[in-house]
Amino acid sequence: MNLLQKEQFNTVSKETILGKIIVVTSGKGGVGKTTTSASFATGLAKRGNKTVVIDFDVGLRNLDLIMGCERRVVYDFVNVLNNEASLKQALIKDKRCDNLFVLPASQTRDKDALTQEGVGRVLDELKEDFDYIVCDSPAGIEKGAVMALYFADEALIVTNPEVSSVRDSDRILGILAAKSRRAEQGAEPIKEHLVITRYSPKRVEMGEMLSVEDVQELLSIPLIGVIPESEAVLSASNSGIPVINDEPSSSGQAYMDVVSRFMGEDKPMRFLEAERKGLLKRIFGT
Amino acid sequence: MSLLDYLRRKRKPTANVAKERLQIILAREHAGRHEPDYLPALKQELLEVVGKYVHIDPSAIKVNLERDGDCEILELNIALPEEQEALA
Repeated sequence: MNLLQKEQFNTVSKETILGKIIVVTSGKGGVGKTTTSASFATGLAKRGNKTVVIDFDVGLRNLDLIMGCERRVVYDFVNVLNNEASLKQALIKDKRCDNLFVLPASQTRDKDALTQEGVGRVLDELKEDFDYIVCDSPAGIEKGAVMALYFADEALIVTNPEVSSVRDSDRILGILAAKSRRAEQGAEPIKEHLVITRYSPKRVEMGEMLSVEDVQELLSIPLIGVIPESEAVLSASNSGIPVINDEPSSSGQAYMDVVSRFMGEDKPMRFLEAERKGLLKRIFGT
Repeated sequence: MSLLDYLRRKRKPTANVAKERLQIILAREHAGRHEPDYLPALKQELLEVVGKYVHIDPSAIKVNLERDGDCEILELNIALPEEQEALA
C-alpha cells in the first residue's frame, strides 16, 4: 500500500470502525470536569460501549479517586508514554462495569512527559480497542489542557453559571477552534457540547444566577445537559462512586440524560425548575 | 432559622449584571482573537515616538484594527493635549 492509499484507508476506517475521542474541558478549575468525565464514561460503558477514561492532569491525579480505583494504580499514563509499561498493564478495569477502563495520570512527573507524538500514539492504540475514549482535561490552558483536547473529535464544555467559568469556557472554545488537530488540518471542527453544572433553579428564579438560556446565549454552542447542584455529588466523590451510579439522585439522572443525548436520543431537559416546597418545609427547613 | 432567613432575605438580583458584563467582555475578547500579536508592541513604540515630541497621556493613544471584508484597516488615534508644548 503506498502512502496515499494508506492515508485514505485510515480516514475511511476512522469514521466507520475506530473509537471516538471526547475531551471534557472547561478552562476553569473546580467546575466539575472530573466528576463529569467519570459519570459520562461510566454512562457510556453502562450502555454497552467499551470505554476508557484518561486522566490528563499529570502531577495532580484525581480521576482515580473519583472512580474509586486509587488503590489499584500500578502504572500510569506517563509510564505508557515512556514505554515503561504496556497499555494493558496500565489500564484499570472498573469494579462495577465490565466495559469501563481507567488510565490514571502520573502523580510525580513533570508535564513535559505529555508529548504530542506520544499522546497521539497511545490514543491511536486505544482507538483500535475502544468505542469511546474520554479525556479528562486539567484546568488551565497550558500544555496538559492542550494535549487533552488536541486529538478530540468531540468536546464536553463543563461550565458553571458564573462569570469566571463562562469566560474561561469561551476561551477554551477559542482554543478548540484554533489549536486542535482538526483545526490545524482544516478538518471538520470538533463537535462541541455544553454541560452546565452546579445549577440552582431556585437561585435562577430569584435572579441571582445566570440561567441556562443566558449561558447558552453567551457561549452559543448546543446544550447537552444541565446538572443540578446536589449533595449527591459530594457523597459520590466521598465514596469513590461516579454520581451517575446514584440512580435516584437528580445529578445521577441528569448525567444519564447527557449520555442518552450524546447517543442521539431526544430527551427533554430536566431539573430546570425549582422544587416547590410546602409551607412547613419553608418554615422549618429541610 | 429558615423563617428568619426568609424574612431577612433582601439580596439583589445580580444575574442580569453578570450577563451584561459577560456580553461586553466576550465581544471584546472575540475581536482580540484575530488581532495580530504585534499590536501591543506597535502601540508601545508609537507611544514612545510621539512622546519624544509631545507630552501625551498613555491612554490617549488608540490603535484599532478593523476588518471590512478583505480589507484590513489599521486605525491610529492620538489625542494631543490642548496646549501643545514642544519638548525641544
